[in-house]
Amino acid sequence: MTVKTKDFAEVLKDIPVDIDEASRYCGAKNDQNTKNIISSCLDEAKSALSYKVCYAVFDIHIENDTVIFPFCELKSKDLSKNLAGLDTCVIFAATVGLEIDRLIKKYAAVSPAKSVVLGAIGAERIEKLCDVFADAIKSDFGETRPRFSPGYGDLPLSFQREIFKVLQMNKNIGISLGENLLMTPSKSVTAIIGVKK
Amino acid sequence: MKVLDYIKENITYLDGAMGTLLQARGLKPGEATETWNLSHKEDIIDVHKSYFESGTNIVTTNTFGVNCLKYDGETLKNLINSAIDNANEAKKISGGKREKFIAFDIGPTGRMLKPYGDLDFEDAVEVFAKNVRIATKKDIDLFVIETMNDSLETKAAVLAVKENSDLPVFVYNAYGEDEKLMTGATPEVMVSMLEGLGADVIGVNCSLGPKQLKGVVERILKCSSTPVAFKPNAGLPEDKDGKTVFNVLPEEFSDVLLTCAKEGVGLLGGCCGTTPEYIKAVVKKTENIKPKEIISKNLTVVSSYMNTAYFGDIPLLIGERINPTGKKKLKLALMENDMGYILNEGINEQEKGCHILDVNVGIPDIDEEKKLFETVTALQEVCSLPLQIDTSNAIAMEKALRVYNGKAMINSVNGKKEVMEQIFPIAKKYGGVIVALTLDENGIPKKAEDRYKIAEKIVKEAKKYGISKNDLVFDTLAMTVSTDQNSANETIKALKMIKENLGCHTSLGVSNISFGLPKRDFVNGIFFTLALENGLSAAIMNPNSDEMMKAYKTFLLLKGKDENCLNYIDFANSAIEIMTAEKPIKTAEKSENITLSYAIIKGLKDDAKRITKMRLANENALKIVNDDIIPALDNVGKDFEEKKVYLPQLLMSAEAAKFAFEEIKATVKSGESTKCTVVLATVKGDIHDIGKNIVKLLLQNYGFRVIDLGKDVAPEAILNAVIKEKAPVLGLSALMTTTVPAMEETIKLIHEKAPFCKTVVGGAVLNPEYAEKIGADKYAKDAMETVRYAEQFN
Repeated sequence: MTVKTKDFAEVLKDIPVDIDEASRYCGAKNDQNTKNIISSCLDEAKSALSYKVCYAVFDIHIENDTVIFPFCELKSKDLSKNLAGLDTCVIFAATVGLEIDRLIKKYAAVSPAKSVVLGAIGAERIEKLCDVFADAIKSDFGETRPRFSPGYGDLPLSFQREIFKVLQMNKNIGISLGENLLMTPSKSVTAIIGVKK
Repeated sequence: MKVLDYIKENITYLDGAMGTLLQARGLKPGEATETWNLSHKEDIIDVHKSYFESGTNIVTTNTFGVNCLKYDGETLKNLINSAIDNANEAKKISGGKREKFIAFDIGPTGRMLKPYGDLDFEDAVEVFAKNVRIATKKDIDLFVIETMNDSLETKAAVLAVKENSDLPVFVYNAYGEDEKLMTGATPEVMVSMLEGLGADVIGVNCSLGPKQLKGVVERILKCSSTPVAFKPNAGLPEDKDGKTVFNVLPEEFSDVLLTCAKEGVGLLGGCCGTTPEYIKAVVKKTENIKPKEIISKNLTVVSSYMNTAYFGDIPLLIGERINPTGKKKLKLALMENDMGYILNEGINEQEKGCHILDVNVGIPDIDEEKKLFETVTALQEVCSLPLQIDTSNAIAMEKALRVYNGKAMINSVNGKKEVMEQIFPIAKKYGGVIVALTLDENGIPKKAEDRYKIAEKIVKEAKKYGISKNDLVFDTLAMTVSTDQNSANETIKALKMIKENLGCHTSLGVSNISFGLPKRDFVNGIFFTLALENGLSAAIMNPNSDEMMKAYKTFLLLKGKDENCLNYIDFANSAIEIMTAEKPIKTAEKSENITLSYAIIKGLKDDAKRITKMRLANENALKIVNDDIIPALDNVGKDFEEKKVYLPQLLMSAEAAKFAFEEIKATVKSGESTKCTVVLATVKGDIHDIGKNIVKLLLQNYGFRVIDLGKDVAPEAILNAVIKEKAPVLGLSALMTTTVPAMEETIKLIHEKAPFCKTVVGGAVLNPEYAEKIGADKYAKDAMETVRYAEQFN
């Protein structure tokens, strides 16, 4: 098992922020005002974003709603369903970095509207990063399943601890895990992608 | 031979990877390497031995991942003791003729420190200290702190070692391709901070291969007056037939390290992917090199978590806005716990071009130790400038310096024996550049020569504590010319003498010069220019003063320190903008025609402020609030409730209203809030406060008096505030399911001990049912609903 680290800054740089999507993260549907505020924050957000992923490929085996990884066994009906019929998966962690959190914090003091909007931009970016990574995996492997994160369905959030250890997330891309299982930087995602070898 | 003596005379070899070798011996993915200290003793001893025999001088114990967050007390002790025993055993049985040392290894906790994560700074210190206390009883030569990718956590680890052991400490950080730590620190930041803390070796390890990290090492060599270590990975990991291999081989690896050794790196080793083969190759190529002598770079530098400010070529501006002397609004903000105001001042000073921020929170009847700590913590969360910690309270100084993320400026010492005895030990321990005032027990000497004598005395005394004169910046005390017309001359003369004869940098609180005179800015600007011309290195000043900024920018321009005049032109253009801002050219809207309520609804902050100011000239403040501001906010609030406008727009309006209110506040005496008091807090354990801050902003807009207790607040503290303020409403927020019990506990306590107070709760994890279950009086789905609820209590 090899944990690899990839920087997607070059790729994401060319994918513009989806303003409609970011606007939805603000709770606004099709609101021009919200979109304008988002647009006005884009430059500052961009300079604060980084795009890093670390991941590894694992052999898996599924038995009685339990996924058997090389490093642990995990009972989860939903994940077993998601990975049914496969014997390999990719586990990854992705983050857009701590600087955007700092910016969100800074604007909480200066302009809460911008703070909310920057949070939404961060959310859009981390999702986009995950999409880009999932696409890259798809082109490497061919068939892939939708990504599945701790907290989805009956996959316990505590599985974060296992991922954290096995991917050495802190060392590789600077994600740390709190006692409450929340990640820092806040715009970070971990997930499992089933792949057909 | 002691390790510190050895490294002076010899290129010193460190070891390579442990994990990589154990994987080859069967360590499973996710399995903790340290468990092998007990279960596979022979393997661990064998790995250490192979490093010693390949030429390694300093072997690190297999304790990278050992800490009390992962292991209970007994296991912790056993893992540490066995790790040290294994290393000693290897030292004993290994061949090789080099000096051998054992370093106790300390790795990161894997948790993020507050404010971004949930690990308290002192808890982090204690996590490391537990290891140090066990290790220091055993046979080791030094401590190594390594692979740290956060500056503050690095500091916690160094303090833990220094406070519990007298052994040397080497510190290696893990830098990314951007040549920064994950949390933002540059190599220069780390050098300033680590030299301040007294690290014996500063280094780079892990994360990347030797070539990618070479740039970082070179930057460190440039600014470090401390020996430098380099332990890169064997390049990047690749998958080969199901096995991990690294893409840089010993030959290439040792070539890069050879270049580094020639450039001045004295300690060489490897990290992930490297093996005894790599060390052998490095030894072979470098063993005939004499280590470069370490010479002091004579730098005077302070830093934040990401920026450094060097004293020297360009004079530095130290913003004075966060100092309550003569500042009514700041005093009020300090009294009312309005951290938002203070942060805004700091951010504004940064935008205006300050390099360092002075932080002074001393007002009567304030718990300065607590307040200074909180302010420094909050500021370094949002502002990337180095801070100058300004207090005469030594305990407050130490508390703030301890948690400061970087190397701070310390304001101040003076020639009084008692003050030096208090401050120098603290400065020595935490590092810092100290502002030294040229006064002593006999007051401020009139003559420059006598002020110079005090400076000499301070330099001499500092030396006794091991503080170099590079870390002293002298303030020769600007005294008002209104009472002594020769005072400016003496101040400047002393400044020049110190600069030329003592070779130290200088700083002045410039504006004191004009105390008691009309149009003080005129005097300040020219005095500043004179001082700059005579070699002033830094000024504590108000960046909002046009005269001061004019003097500064023009001085740099005329002294040839402004390439292509760009800074000056930039400054001049923005100055023109400010001067004409009163005229309606900035917005697309015809500013002169818009009303206050329009400005608020549209979220036009500057217009809201301008119109309010204008109308206050001949209208009653309360009338403006009731006739314009509140109805406009209501209008937006209703639209929000009906989903015609959304949160960002609502907040823009609220911000515009806040600007209007600030104008109004300036004319109304404090304590004239028209509505009741609401206490707000984010409950114990929860560190997310954006939602709470939004509620606060809206409540304030609607005229409520808001007591904001901040985040992560204990139930008892909330109760005390509710009782003290006799608040009829308490707003609590929680974002995480794990902190809802703390919310429940708080509500229970309030209902029991302060039954007059109603509780309103909100936050991502709550809903009406859940809120009822935990006993809350009201669930508010958003900030507007909280306002509506609170309005019932007037």
